[in-house]
Amino acid sequence: MTTPKSITEFHFLLTSKKATLPELISHFIANSKTQHDRLNLYITTTFDQALEKAKTLQQQLDSDPDIITKLPLFGIPIAYKDLFLTKGIRTTAGAKLLDSFIPPYSATVVDKLEAAGAISLGKLNLDAWAHGASGENSDYGPTRNPHGTDYTPGGSSSASAAAVASGCVLVSTGTDTGGSIRLPANFCGIVGLKPTYGRVSRYGIIAMSSSLDSVGHFTNNVSDSATVLSVTSGADPHDANTSGSKTFQSSPEFLNLKDITLGIPREYIYPVTNSEVKDNFADTVSLLKKAGANIVELSLPHTEAAIAVYYILQPAEVSSNLARFDGIRFGRNRSHFSPEAVRRQLIGTFTLSSGYYDAYYKTAQKVRTLIKQEFDAVFSKVDALITPVSPTPPFKIGEKVNDPVAMYLSDVFTVTANIAGISGLAIPTGKTADGLPLGIQLLGPRFGEETIYPIASQLEQLLHD
Amino acid sequence: MTNKKFTPIIGMEIHVELATKSKMFCQCPATHFQVPANTHVCPVCLGLPGALPVPNRQAIEDTIKIGLALGCRINLHSKFDRKHYFYPDLPKGYQISQYDQPLCEGGEVILESGKAIRITRVHLEEDTGKLQHDKSEKTSLVDFNRSSVPLVEIVTEPDLSSAEEAKEFLKLLHSTVRFLGVSEANMEKGSMRLEANISLSPDGNLPPYKVEVKNVNSFRYIAAAIDYELKRHQPIIEAGDWPKQETRGYNSVTKKTVSQRSKEEAKDYRYFPEPDIPPLVFEQSYIDSLQNSLPLLPHIVINTLTAAGVRHAFALQVSKDKDLSHFALELLAAKPDLVDKLIGLILNRKLSWQHKSVASLINEYQSSQQSTKLDESATLHLIKVVLDENPDTVALFKKGKTTAIEFLVGQVMKAAKGQADPNLTRTLLQKQLK
Repeated sequence: MTTPKSITEFHFLLTSKKATLPELISHFIANSKTQHDRLNLYITTTFDQALEKAKTLQQQLDSDPDIITKLPLFGIPIAYKDLFLTKGIRTTAGAKLLDSFIPPYSATVVDKLEAAGAISLGKLNLDAWAHGASGENSDYGPTRNPHGTDYTPGGSSSASAAAVASGCVLVSTGTDTGGSIRLPANFCGIVGLKPTYGRVSRYGIIAMSSSLDSVGHFTNNVSDSATVLSVTSGADPHDANTSGSKTFQSSPEFLNLKDITLGIPREYIYPVTNSEVKDNFADTVSLLKKAGANIVELSLPHTEAAIAVYYILQPAEVSSNLARFDGIRFGRNRSHFSPEAVRRQLIGTFTLSSGYYDAYYKTAQKVRTLIKQEFDAVFSKVDALITPVSPTPPFKIGEKVNDPVAMYLSDVFTVTANIAGISGLAIPTGKTADGLPLGIQLLGPRFGEETIYPIASQLEQLLHD
Repeated sequence: MTNKKFTPIIGMEIHVELATKSKMFCQCPATHFQVPANTHVCPVCLGLPGALPVPNRQAIEDTIKIGLALGCRINLHSKFDRKHYFYPDLPKGYQISQYDQPLCEGGEVILESGKAIRITRVHLEEDTGKLQHDKSEKTSLVDFNRSSVPLVEIVTEPDLSSAEEAKEFLKLLHSTVRFLGVSEANMEKGSMRLEANISLSPDGNLPPYKVEVKNVNSFRYIAAAIDYELKRHQPIIEAGDWPKQETRGYNSVTKKTVSQRSKEEAKDYRYFPEPDIPPLVFEQSYIDSLQNSLPLLPHIVINTLTAAGVRHAFALQVSKDKDLSHFALELLAAKPDLVDKLIGLILNRKLSWQHKSVASLINEYQSSQQSTKLDESATLHLIKVVLDENPDTVALFKKGKTTAIEFLVGQVMKAAKGQADPNLTRTLLQKQLK
């Protein structure tokens, strides 16, 4: 069997009776086993439960063929970044401190995806506590890039990206606090969504930095990504920050690129020295231009401050959020925190201390407001922004692991979206001479997913033609 | 204090647990008194990974009502903050509280003397779990039923200058909270907890120390603790030293305070705005509607009654009981000239008011006044007749059966057809029987 690459293909195999759901799920399980040996993807697998659910759903399909139109993710193999709580199934956050933690409840997003028909194959590797940009901070060993196993898949949602890119699942979940979905999507050559802050519930997902964490997902294509968002988005009574969220509805309307203005912020172009990244970005822009899109260059002058703001706010919130892992009610004691988690807790505790709060946290909040205002102003002039995701193609495992600051700078083009709470979608646009993926991100305003998805679809089509 | 040159400087912090149905940030029932351990818990109040707080609207409203009742201004922009410290009964490693934008600020409570006790702030936070220590087993257990129950903290300026003032203030505050119906304010159950910050000043200025007496569960004990502390501080200051800045507890058996922990260095709670909860924004019209819906409050009762000539002690006593307060104000409206007299009779249990209308109580009083028609000499005349007719009872009384006098009172009343005053009759009988 050739592995179906999209939800539509997967459903076609079912409706045309070319394959049964248990056959399809078995196929993805087989892929998962092979790829796991090569890439180190899963922390926990739930293959038996997956096959059971496949059998049940197949019976339902046999008696009610319409079920496939009612459940948008009917039978779709999925896996979760191991930061998403799954009732009765171990959830580790990639940290040995939680090696034996079995949650008594599931994340809202997990419940929604499974109610929509998705079948989970397990829990995916990540940088411990989502701290990292390469997957190398996992207490369960690094995940490798399917396009070259010497390379990192990006992080922190490292195995989420690698699992989709290597055909183990069609959909995986991730979290993006400073780029943790868009960077690995970019490094693995797939589509990754960082939704608007507050669009998707964070309930039941181990918090890294509460004001920055966005709950998104990985897919092979733009259409699947939009389908998944239509399931996960919307207000959740368990997450007070989603009260303004509407459920995403993908619009079937054709978008004429001539009606669209895309902005290129110069601060995201000038620092790029890698010629392959530069050239691919230029090619992508000219493709859009040829198709009629209006392209304007503009400036976001506070971009430079974004990494500094991020590395004050994020560790501050991390130090607070990790305080509950005291080993009293669950998990092991605090001596099991790995060095990166300790580093961030120390930095955060310091910047929140009396006498330092004003200089660090408060100042960072003020700059955050400026960055938000800057984006607001820009989005009154353009529909979306287009930028590279990363200044470089994927880097090698071990290359930055001893230099935390160099690792932190991997997020230089992605953190702004988290600071401003806006939407971002990473899309693959090509490959390096060595066959490593390259890509761009579209940044839209808050709750601007309805704008960026149609643009992304057009771009995907242009790249395909 | 006997020594006039010393001035006590006392501020209070009062925690009031709200009587909302559910907890502050989750749907668990907020009741925890005598509930089996860890049965009113969920991922949120257990601080499990991934759990998020969603604020309780009713608790916010109740806090604003307390603020309004204490004359505070309500901040139209407020927020929650995280207050970090480690303790096993605090599951998240931080308490969700309010730091620099509390719901209510700047109120006051007026004492009988006319002195105003300023309220610094009224804010909303969550309660902690409860530890149970078993010394024989060398274990400590945690019960999270109380974790995240809504807790209001009321903080005063250091305006109180004696244990008596503190007690008066606290009683007034207690009845205010009870009148609002937002809390049981039951000290034994811990739904109202008192803390006093006590300093003794040799020169009227704020001295460079304060002693905090915590978790005292009665007005009498907090007054005793304050007096004990002031007496303890004076000789230390007179000797040229300052008492140690610390937290102390009050032992009601030994009637002494004991040191609990040293507080020489300020704790660093690393407050920052709670990112899981959006800022709170209120419309003035909403605050106005809450203001207009406030029930009758104790200080209104006291002010209204005293202005109408009721003794302050009576008014204060009335203001502790919500139903009696309503009754007293109706009485005032119906019979302003008699209100002090009638309230006095009610408080001394000469007149019962429960389950009665104001009109029937007034009738009862007036007919009782009319019924005592017989004067002293007429009564004396009847007494002599009754004594002559009941020699056996008189003999019994003289042998020491003092209760026999009641039979004789009854006989006199009967002979007077109810027109005699029983108290006067009794007094006269006692004289006659000597």
